[in-house]
Amino acid sequence: MRIKQVSVFVENQPGRLVAILEPLEKRGVSIRALSISESAEFGIVRMILDNADEGLEALRQAGFTTRMDWILSAEIPDVPGGLLNSVARPLAEASINLQYFYAYIEQAAGGKAMVVLKTDDWEKAEQVLKSL
Amino acid sequence: MIRDPEHEKMPRKELEKLQLERLQAKVREVYEKVPFYHRVFKEREVSPDDIRTLADITKLPFTTKVDFRDNYPYGLMAVPMQQVVRIHSSSGTTGKPTIAPYTQGDIDTWSEIMARMLASAGVTKDDVLQNAYGYGLFTGGLGFHYGAERLGASVIPTSGGNTKRQILLLQDLGATVITCTPSYALILDETAKDMGVDLRDTKLRLGMLGAEPWSDQMRDDIEERLGILAINIYGLTEIIGPGVSVECPHKCGLHIAEDHFLVEIIDPQTGEQLPHGEEGELVITTLTKEAQPVIRFRTRDITSLNPEPCECGRTMVRMSRITGRSDDMLIVRGVNVFPSQIESVLLDVEGVEPHYLIVVDRQHVFKTDELEIWVEVSEDVFSDEMQKMENLEKRLRSEMDSVLGISARIKLVEPKTIARTEGKAKRVVDRSEL
Repeated sequence: MRIKQVSVFVENQPGRLVAILEPLEKRGVSIRALSISESAEFGIVRMILDNADEGLEALRQAGFTTRMDWILSAEIPDVPGGLLNSVARPLAEASINLQYFYAYIEQAAGGKAMVVLKTDDWEKAEQVLKSL
Repeated sequence: MIRDPEHEKMPRKELEKLQLERLQAKVREVYEKVPFYHRVFKEREVSPDDIRTLADITKLPFTTKVDFRDNYPYGLMAVPMQQVVRIHSSSGTTGKPTIAPYTQGDIDTWSEIMARMLASAGVTKDDVLQNAYGYGLFTGGLGFHYGAERLGASVIPTSGGNTKRQILLLQDLGATVITCTPSYALILDETAKDMGVDLRDTKLRLGMLGAEPWSDQMRDDIEERLGILAINIYGLTEIIGPGVSVECPHKCGLHIAEDHFLVEIIDPQTGEQLPHGEEGELVITTLTKEAQPVIRFRTRDITSLNPEPCECGRTMVRMSRITGRSDDMLIVRGVNVFPSQIESVLLDVEGVEPHYLIVVDRQHVFKTDELEIWVEVSEDVFSDEMQKMENLEKRLRSEMDSVLGISARIKLVEPKTIARTEGKAKRVVDRSEL
């Protein structure tokens, strides 16, 4: 299903992650999933928050360059082949390209793993994953 | 050696009389032939008849780089194109190059001035001169070439680059004189060492270096490493190219070719003329240029003038080594870089905020200066995809390269990283200041 993701631009320096997490804590916003994509000098921190709008606002006020994007979340059985059969193969067969991917901190109900992913065609991807 | 003692040792009174005659003629000429000057003179209600003494030059308006830009490309020319035999150019602000046309007369005068300057550094017919200044639009290459040929030296026109081959030629062709930028002299030394060659073992004994600022320490370093006498030479495209002034072997200031260039020092804030000895902005009026004469050109270079007679016997006033710029222009690896060029590239890329900082690494030891440009990432250009951010960086770098003419690193930074200042932003910092 579709889900909101907050991204933040940060420089690759000690203390920058602390600088992002502090305003979120102050605002009482909780993080469900987090991933950092880094280059030599900067990083993009992507987060799934329990309240994306509040979180975005808090970060903006703290002076960060932020953005909100829609990405997809999916549940996969926590067994060998879970990711392969629930997500990877179906998307590949539909010729959908995966841009990035990361997992939730907590498990979904029923012992399933929750993951978030960005593809080059989210509508098609959503259909493909729903139909499984 | 003094090639032209009549002029180089001319008594001051006689020199000033010559300057006045030439100034009066030149002012009349631009008033009649260059619409730009006609207009600005009329606006100031000054006419050629008002120039009766050299001091009257202060009645005339200044010419600036902006005037060059506004009259690009040929609006400042005093002759028809048919009389122009060469057109040089150098980088200007906001991507508009500075155009420098020359008549045959200008080329002859320039060659003679350069021959004189080479001679003053001790170059003779017996010298083999390797010219590693860039040939092409840049005035350095051809300026030195014509001067050296006029003098009768044996010129090897290597231009810049191809360093390994230059070193091979230095050894085999036996150059006694090298002409290049100070930073290139150091590159030659470093490359030579990598090749197991000691430049002190070659026949090189003299270098005529310029086109970028360099310190006394750098001179000492170059002289030590290359085993040469390193002489400073100064010039600029708007005036003639190299050939405005040169050090004599006593190395106590650069003698200005005052029979061709009338100089003043002004306070850059007020425009008031300053007395000898005081530091200020160098202003130059061309007394003999034909294709594009210029009146009171503000060079933005900060220096002072010393009229005391020199040990070498020359009477022409000496200017000190340039100590800085009165604007933001940088010279990096021999290329003029203006913050406004950088700004124009950033504004061109949609959504990029023109909040930038230019960080210069003056690498004396490693020879090449490096330029890094910090650019703040605004929401308009921020993407959640790393590929897109990397593409942004690549795009900025390639646009910057093509506009500046040299490569610069791009560093994307968080908003507000770059200090906001009241009034004029400090756009340029040295790495050591960070």
